[in-house]
Amino acid sequence: MLAREVLQELIQVLGAENVLTEQEDLMTYAYDATAAMKHHKPDVVVSPNSTEQVAEVVKIAAKNNIPIYPRGSGTNLSGGTIPISGGIVLSMLNLNKIIEVDQDNLTATVQPGVIIQTLNDEVVKHGLLYPPDPGTVKTATMGGSLSECSGGLRGLKYGVTKHYIMGLQIVLANGEVIRWGGKTVKNVTGYDLVALFTGAEGTLGIITEIIVKLIPAPEARKSILAVFDDVDKAGKAIASIIRNKIIPATLEIMDNVTIQTVENFVHAGLPMDAQAVLLIEVDGYKEVVEREAVLVEQILQEEQAVEIKIAKNDQERDLLWLARRRALPALAQKRPTTVLEDATVPRSKIPDMIKAIRKIAEKHNLQIATFGHAGDGNLHPTILTDERDEDEMKRVHLAVDEIFKTAISLGGTLSGEHGIGIAKMGYLDWEFGEAGVAAMRRMKEALDPNYLLNPGKIVRRD
Amino acid sequence: MSVYNSLDSITEELHNCMKCGNCMEVCPIYKETRQEVGVARGKISLVQYLLSGELEMTEKLADRFSLCTTCMACNTNCPCGVRFDKIILAARAEAVRKKGLHPVKKIAFTALKMQRMFDFGMKTGSIFQGMALKHVPHKSDRIARMRFDIGIGTDKVFPMLASRTLRSEFPEVVKVKNPKMRVAFFTGCMINYFYTDIGKAVVEVLKENDIEVVIPKGQGCCGIPASVNGDVHSAAALAKRNLRAFEKLGADALVVACSSGGTAWKHVFGELLDNEPEFKALADKWAGKSYDISEFLIKKVPFKKEGLGRVERKVTYHDPCHLNRGQGVNTEPREILKSIPGVELIEMKEPGRCCGMAGSFSLVHPDLSVQISDRKTADIELTHTDTVATGCPACRLQLKSGVENAGIEEEVVHTIQILAESYKNGKKK
Repeated sequence: MLAREVLQELIQVLGAENVLTEQEDLMTYAYDATAAMKHHKPDVVVSPNSTEQVAEVVKIAAKNNIPIYPRGSGTNLSGGTIPISGGIVLSMLNLNKIIEVDQDNLTATVQPGVIIQTLNDEVVKHGLLYPPDPGTVKTATMGGSLSECSGGLRGLKYGVTKHYIMGLQIVLANGEVIRWGGKTVKNVTGYDLVALFTGAEGTLGIITEIIVKLIPAPEARKSILAVFDDVDKAGKAIASIIRNKIIPATLEIMDNVTIQTVENFVHAGLPMDAQAVLLIEVDGYKEVVEREAVLVEQILQEEQAVEIKIAKNDQERDLLWLARRRALPALAQKRPTTVLEDATVPRSKIPDMIKAIRKIAEKHNLQIATFGHAGDGNLHPTILTDERDEDEMKRVHLAVDEIFKTAISLGGTLSGEHGIGIAKMGYLDWEFGEAGVAAMRRMKEALDPNYLLNPGKIVRRD
Repeated sequence: MSVYNSLDSITEELHNCMKCGNCMEVCPIYKETRQEVGVARGKISLVQYLLSGELEMTEKLADRFSLCTTCMACNTNCPCGVRFDKIILAARAEAVRKKGLHPVKKIAFTALKMQRMFDFGMKTGSIFQGMALKHVPHKSDRIARMRFDIGIGTDKVFPMLASRTLRSEFPEVVKVKNPKMRVAFFTGCMINYFYTDIGKAVVEVLKENDIEVVIPKGQGCCGIPASVNGDVHSAAALAKRNLRAFEKLGADALVVACSSGGTAWKHVFGELLDNEPEFKALADKWAGKSYDISEFLIKKVPFKKEGLGRVERKVTYHDPCHLNRGQGVNTEPREILKSIPGVELIEMKEPGRCCGMAGSFSLVHPDLSVQISDRKTADIELTHTDTVATGCPACRLQLKSGVENAGIEEEVVHTIQILAESYKNGKKK
């Protein structure tokens, strides 16, 4: 519980309507989208309407040594917004204005509470695009996706969130407000704090304004689906496409377990015995797209795809994408709990990773479906389970450990796009070693010495 | 086990929620408040904490459960197929079991149960309504605003009570020459007491199609206002009254021109009477032959195309939540509109977005209801039409209030009224 005076101060700064204190409201901020996570009730939820108010809240928190948990839509998958030490949940959703779309400099300036899709709906009017498109593009905020550095389906060609963040306004742990970066393509003035704060999961400062890079929206696109009777052949096809200097906007893969589940669910017309399906989309100028589509088809034939479908129009495109779009819903409806991982490997190791995951599933007697962004090596091994089954949950945790170990041993990483949060904090030294974790801790302590900003995430206090 | 009897009925539904938050994309309340408690995920969590014992049923918790228009948009957008409409009804019923019904609602639902008294009250009201309501001059609708604020502001535009109720204007059986079918008409309260023009249109159109119309005098409120607020007892009593009244006169089919009424006959009566085998069988029997009027005229008895006269209207159609998502009826009204000569159908941006009326929700949360309505009004304005058609009298009330307060010249009618108008114009020649 917070002292009455602290609550009074918060109400004075924000107005009573922006300070939630009743437990019936607080309990709805005790969780996020992460599966099988303990929930924690915050002491208060505040919704500031300006950068100044954010700074005031941070100062009040600093003075009283109260933790602050910044939150957007709470759609992350790493426990990143769960207020594990109570304190203040700082909801950024009222800061939801698109401040500017600058067509000359190809930038947009937004507040952190803007929903990603809302930004895209706005910039598309000018023929522009903000490429990062996580699965939660219609619900997640810009601030949240920046802080998690989310990726999405277009990572291979267009990169991820960090490649589009040009400038930030940040409230530091002591309540001071700084600006870093801006609209210039080139900027080497000082340390690159923009890069540091992107993906920092709200542990280093509070983002209150964001300048993002926009690109011209591609004028055409073409989707191709290829079925393989062998995961290795699909893997070779992926490598071959890239080796032939074709960079598709998306290059997705689904394994046999996923195919079977989806097929039972929506009847999209995929062969049940297929070992892998690749879904490829090329985009750009019309002429380029036509040429690349033909090349991709040739390569897929050479790599022995047993079936190739090319969408001739938008309707056919939607049909090809049906199975991929329904992959998660189909899996999620099979069992009540869906543990969705995002271990990532170099793309050449995709077949090895898929086969390793299958072995892990057999060993622990679990249902694991794997699908994901094969083009950038980011797979989503998805464990279908039930939180209430203690024995099975034990095996789930063992399997997750082994998936992480395998990814790292293949030259990959713990997390491609979901972040570390609470969920993967314990595994960091596997990837960085003790010295690496200590280096990160020193950075955290330099900017937030009292561990008040999203404490208990990424970096454990010594 | 029905959602109205026990929270246990929804435990699996609760477990299926993976907290992804996709409901945030479509929830009309969350779009306005941006508070987690407004959206399905938040209230699902509250029910879970209630079941785990971390929260107790308090009046504050019951208040939170009132934050839902039951528009079912989250159901459709849920990757896990969670039926949130079931969860919220179960939670509200639990709240009433534990904390009792809000005193004002208790009086209201008791009145609904006492049909004769309610009827008398409404008739008396039609004479004295001028004391509370200030008439708003309008060419086609009889509408008014409150003269004083009873807690919901004085901006809202209401329909005036009809001087004669619909059911008193017609005999119990409306005969036609050579009837090809006998159809019972469940009027619902709003059409009986306020929007008699919709009811008359239904009867006209059915007669035009050689159908004998039965309007049982013994029918009453559908009980939805009670059941969505957790007053299961009142709702079940009303369900039984209606079943008895319709069973007494019998019919080949039953039509409804109100989305709540349709939901009641098709789904809710059976669920409410789950524990009473005799009535349950009756409810199921009638559910099997209940139709929304537009559904009936497309699927059951295709309506006569000859004799349709020209109706010069630019029309946009608003999908009532409980007709569209609740009953899967959305192509039928459009098909009717498109077949009327002279009608130009222009779709608004999100025709399936909730209008924010949601029955008593608009009285409990008047500001929120108006905020949601304003978005709908803005979408309607962008269509540059002269008419909004819809399939529900409650939506009509809300939409009319919205366009009237925005100063937009727009008639709001039920689809069936335009069809009746077309038949009428066909005879003019």
